[in-house]
Parts: sequence; structure tokens; C-alpha cells
Amino acid sequence: METLAIISGAVIGVAILMYVVLDGFDLGVGILFPFAPDEGARDTMINSVAPVWDGNETWLILGGRGLLVFFPIAYSIALPAFYIPVMAMLFALIFRGVTFEFRHQAHTSTHLWNRSFFWGSLIAAFMQGVLLGALVQGVEVEGVRYAGGMFDWLTPFSILTGIGVVAGYGLLGATWLIYKTEGQVQDWARSSATVLGGGTLIAMAAVSVMTPLLRPAIADRWFGGINILYLSPIPLLTLTLAVSLFWSIFSKRELLPFLSSIGLFVLGFSGIAISLYPNIIPPSVAVWDAVAPRSSVIFALVGVAVVLPMVLLYTVYAYSVFHGKASEHGGYAHHDHE
Amino acid sequence: MPPFDAEILARLQFAFTVSFHILFPTLTIGLAGFLVFFEARYLRSHDEAWLVLYRFWVKIFALTFGMGVVSGLVLSYQFGTNWSEWSRVTGPALGPLIGFEVLTAFFLEAGFLGIMLFGWQKVGPRLHFLATCLVAIGTAISAFWILAANSWMQTPAGATIIEGQYVVDDWLAVIFNPSFPWRLLHMTTASYLTTALVVSGISAFYLLNGSNREVARRAFSAGMWGVLVLAPLQIFLGDQHGLNTLEHQPIKVAAMEGNWETRGGVPFHIFAMPDQKEQRNRLEISIPYGSSLILRHDPDGVVPGLKDVPVEDQPPVGIVFWSFRIMVGLGFLFLALGLWGAWARWRGTLYEATWLKRLAVLLTPAGFVATLAGWFVTEVGRQPYTVYGVMRTEDSFSPSVTGASIATTLVLFLIVYGGLFGAYLYYLTKLVRRGPDPLTARETEAKPEAIRGARPGLVVPAE
Repeated sequence: METLAIISGAVIGVAILMYVVLDGFDLGVGILFPFAPDEGARDTMINSVAPVWDGNETWLILGGRGLLVFFPIAYSIALPAFYIPVMAMLFALIFRGVTFEFRHQAHTSTHLWNRSFFWGSLIAAFMQGVLLGALVQGVEVEGVRYAGGMFDWLTPFSILTGIGVVAGYGLLGATWLIYKTEGQVQDWARSSATVLGGGTLIAMAAVSVMTPLLRPAIADRWFGGINILYLSPIPLLTLTLAVSLFWSIFSKRELLPFLSSIGLFVLGFSGIAISLYPNIIPPSVAVWDAVAPRSSVIFALVGVAVVLPMVLLYTVYAYSVFHGKASEHGGYAHHDHE
Repeated sequence: MPPFDAEILARLQFAFTVSFHILFPTLTIGLAGFLVFFEARYLRSHDEAWLVLYRFWVKIFALTFGMGVVSGLVLSYQFGTNWSEWSRVTGPALGPLIGFEVLTAFFLEAGFLGIMLFGWQKVGPRLHFLATCLVAIGTAISAFWILAANSWMQTPAGATIIEGQYVVDDWLAVIFNPSFPWRLLHMTTASYLTTALVVSGISAFYLLNGSNREVARRAFSAGMWGVLVLAPLQIFLGDQHGLNTLEHQPIKVAAMEGNWETRGGVPFHIFAMPDQKEQRNRLEISIPYGSSLILRHDPDGVVPGLKDVPVEDQPPVGIVFWSFRIMVGLGFLFLALGLWGAWARWRGTLYEATWLKRLAVLLTPAGFVATLAGWFVTEVGRQPYTVYGVMRTEDSFSPSVTGASIATTLVLFLIVYGGLFGAYLYYLTKLVRRGPDPLTARETEAKPEAIRGARPGLVVPAE
């Protein structure tokens, strides 16, 4: 059962990582929205993500339901514990999501939906960061139930991770726009990426310093014995990617900044996974304490093994259909501009 | 009593968010099928009116689909925030079903919806048609899994509770639980019927005010065929579903019938005011032996009564009783519309019959009302349980979440969803008033035969 629990944990981890990277860049586009040079740039920005945002957000549904499938105990502890940030995130994602259709239909109220898109993306990103911090810092559990209060999640650490995720998603969004746009919008995306890249790295550094201070077990994981040697590739790779990010922005590469940002996210994510393992709800609930009964895990894993490769395949196809630069008149505007 | 009763608030909140959500999939499941039909007709006949029709309805589809996505995401997390006890206990049985919904349906819909909406210039007509078909299949697969999960809560099977969690020993029994086949057919047909009514109604509106005649005639005809076939089918399926409920959830049927004593020769109450406190009805207007005849096909057939179980195990009778009557009444009204349409068609006056069109316009939103009423019957009728007969609603909600938090989010949901629904209706009305866009000059010039080879020519707009 331990192996099954670890595999299940890995599946959830992959789903969340996919979500963070994919919805990260389109939430990032939303975070950058009000700072765009003009309304035409905003049209281009929204067109660059309109065909794919829905698929990206689906990974969040998979993450949530996946947790219910594989770790029903963790699901039933975490969601009441994080009631307020989860609800805030959901409301924000509603405003972000409806913008795609409503803004396109709107004539006089475009500015209203611009705001809805920005605030929805910003708050969703911030709350996701808060959730991450709140999980890492630990959740009070008694038996199989949450035993803390409604505001336990709110700490300086979770606010820091919230700001960090906003900066990180902004970076993903900016580097995505470097890849998908040209001319004036691309120049603006480059300068945004530079600023946000700096902010992201500062936030990553701050979180890396603070996390081992949260609990001795985490410090021991990183610095105990020769662990620091085994784990040293993570900070070293992070540094390499940081260099690659800035170098590729300044040397006007188009795809490499985006790939470097994704790399930074993958490494940050691995760092957190290493800090938490084997807990799914730190500090006391391990994956094998919370895993679903064997029959459910096996059934679900077979489904994942059969279906997920197909999903990945046609997701890649769907992205490839919309390859190339996005334009002001791409997407919706093409078939019914008045 | 504390000032906020967390259980009641959690129930109200879930009832509101799930009712709001189901409106949108109800339309998209059926509309996806209509879009497949429109596009197939266009590809076969090269008659441009079908393409115009497709492009018009696909906009309504996109608007509605977006609403379904954002309101559906909420539900995936609300299970945990508001119903953590239920999640822990039933997760091992229900989790995989709704997990497979994401894997096999949501990704498929999301992946190909982009191509359906924005891919005209990027892929050829056949591939575009394939995308439409895959989205339609995705909506049907989604209905399959979510109705399997819902049905399992009505008629649990294939699993037993061990150490506080369900452990499944037979997945096929979980998925194909006793009420699932009828619920799946009944809800899918409800979606298609609701869509047929929407398509007929909006087309009738155009026919009445004399705009967009060419496309409106085609859609009105297709919609009225839909109503004619689907309304009687739905009545038959509803009857079968009801008999299935009689077998597995007799107290729900007792509430639907407003019947208190288990006995033979039970009348069908056309009107009554069920009084749960007194355990009897007031102001009954009834058809003698009606209920026994419908449920047992025998005037003396025995119909279960609510008093078979203590008051605390009975569902709220009034809501179930009245929702059932709204649903059935509308169902027969739809049948009448379908028959009237068939008669007008036979006489060759389908497009001229003014009162028929007026009724069709009036019934545009009626399918949603019937569908919601049906869900009220089955969901409220399952009370006081979340898993029928096993897990009570009062043992299902999140014990650590305060009533004040749920009350706050409930108010926010009311405001936000109210505003969104207003915006949705506003933009929907705008789309309908504007009507279908004619093809551009370049599209009309390019004959379909030529287009099929040179794919980018299909929808290049004349800018």
C-alpha cells in the first residue's frame, strides 16, 4: 500500500504541476492586463490564451477531484481548513473565466470586463500562493478531521508565498507573450518579464530561506547528513535557469524565456515536494495515512494510465493548431467583428 | 439554535450553486448534438444556410459553455469545503467516477472546443466537424459519469463501509447502480428536449418578426421535430424512472404522490397542500385510483405511504410534491406543442401558424424549469440522506466550518451568480437580437467544392 500511496501522490503532484504551469501563464496574462500598452495589445493578449484557457483550468479540476479520489482524508481535511482562500480563489476564477466570452460580446462595457479579468486573475493567483504557503506551514489535525480555526491559513509566510506566486505567474504570462506576440507588445512583454523575473527570484529565495525555519524536520531534510549533497542540483539548476532566463530575454530569444520560467516553476515545485515528503497534509498526515482503499486507487490508476496519455496527446495537438503569433484579430474577432 | 445553522446554510448553498450550474450543461449537452446536425447538413448539402445556422448557435454554445465551466469548477471544491464528512466517507466510491469525468470528458471538450470556436481557418472542414463531434461526445460522457455518481447516492451498490469509509468490491455495480440507466436516459433526453425548445423558440421569434427567414425555417423545423419525438419519449422514460424509484426509494414516491398511508386504491392528487406536521394533506383535488393506476397499473394497487417511516426520516413533502407536478405538467405541455407542430406540418402551415409560433416562443425557457423541477424531486426526495438510507445529511457537512462563513459565501454566491446570470441573459439577448451573420461575399463566392481542397478559404472574412 505504501508504493500505491506514493504513486498516487505523484499523480496528484503531476496534475498540480501541470495546472500551475499551464493556467499559470494565462492567469499571468490576466495579471499583466491593465499594464498593457493599449486596447489592441489587450485583444492580442486575450486571443493568445482564449483557445486554451479552458483546457488549462481543467487541470485544476483534475487536481481537486484527484485529491478526492486518491486521498479522500486529505481532501476532507484541507478544504475546510482552507475554506476562505479556496472560496476566494473560486470566485476570482469565475470572474476571470466569464471574461473570455463576455468581453468579446461587450461594446461599451469592455473596461468592466478588463477589470474583471485582471482582478480575477490576480486574486486567483494570490490565493493559490496562499494555499501553497498554508499547506507548507502545516495544518492542525485531530484524527481524520481538521481541528484548527477559519483563519489559521493567514500568516506572513502564506502572504509571502501568495505574492511569490503572483510574481511567478506574471513571469510565465510575460514570457508566454514574448513567444506569442511581436512588435510593440513583445517589447513590452520583455521589459515586464525582466521585472517579474527579478521579483520571482527574490520571492523564491525568501521562501527557500523561510521554509526550513518552519519545522526542524524540513531543515533536516535539506541540511541533515549528506542530503545537502544529493539535493544540491536543485539550487544549482535554479541558478542556471535564472541566468538562462535573463540572458534569453536580453538576447531577444522568443521561446527560451518561457521554457526557463517553466523550468523555474518545476524546480520550485520539486523543492516544496522534497520539503513535504512523505506528508500530504503536513506536519502529521503522510500519504499512506490518507490514501484511499486499495480498490479505489487501483481502479483510478488504471484509468489514469490509459486515458492521460491520450489527453496529453490531443492537448499537444490542440496547442499546435494555434501555433504561431497571436493577433489582435485572431480568435473570436475573426468570425464576427462588426 | 445558534444564529446560523451550518447544516441548513450548507444545504441552501449547495442547492443554489448546483441548480445554477445545471442550467448550462442542460443546454450545452443538447446544443452540441444540434450543432453536429447543422454542420453535417452543411457538409453534405453545401447549403450555406446550415453554415450560417451553425455559426449562430455556436456563439450561444460558447457563451453557455463558459458559464458551465466556471460554475462547475466551484462544485468540485465545494464537496470538500462544505461537505467534508461526506467526502471522506464516499470519496473512495464516488471519487473515481467524477475523476474519470475530468479525464474522459472535460479534457476532450476543452481540447476541441478551442478548435470548434477558433479553428475555422486553421483546420479543414472535416477536421472541424470532427472537433464538433468530439465536443458533443464529451458532453455525453460527462453526463454519463456525473449521473452515475448522483445515482449511486440515490441507490448505493457495490460498496460497503469499512472503518468509516466506503470500500468498493464491484465497480460495475457502483457505476451501473439500479437507478443509473433510467436517470441517464431521462436527463440526457431532458437536455435534448430543452434544447429543442430553445431552438424552436428563438427561431419562432425570428419567423414572427419576419427576420432571418431562411435559417429560422430550418432551425424551427429541426426544433419542432425534436419536440415531437422527444416529448413523448421523455414521458415514457419518466414513467419508467418513476417505477424504478418506487422499487428502490418508495418514500420518495410517497412524497411525489403526497400519499401518507400505505394502501390500495390511492387517488392521484392534482392539487393538495401537504402538511408534514399533521401528516396529512389539505385541500385535495384528486382523480380516484389515479396513483395506484399509474404506479401499479391496477386500481387497487398498493402505493407506499410516508407514515411507513418516522417524520425525521421523511423528505420535505411539499417541495417534492409540487416540483413533481410542475415537471409533469410541463412535460404534457411539450407533448401538446410537438403534436400541434406535427399537425401544422402535415397541413403545410408549420411556418405560418402564428399561435403555434407564439406558444413556441413562450416555452423557450420552459425546458429549464422542467429540468430543475425534476432535479428538485429527486434530490429533495432523497432527504434526509446524502447517501440514501445510509448517510444522513446532518452527518455529511463540514464540522469545522462555521455557520457565519457559509452564510457569508452564500450571500456572495447569490450576488455574484445573480449578476453573472444577468450578464449572460443580456449578452444572449444581444446575440439573438442581432441574429445570424450572413456569410461574407468571399465566402459566398468560394463554392464548397473548391473550399474542400483549399481549406483556408472557408471562412476568410472580407475585411
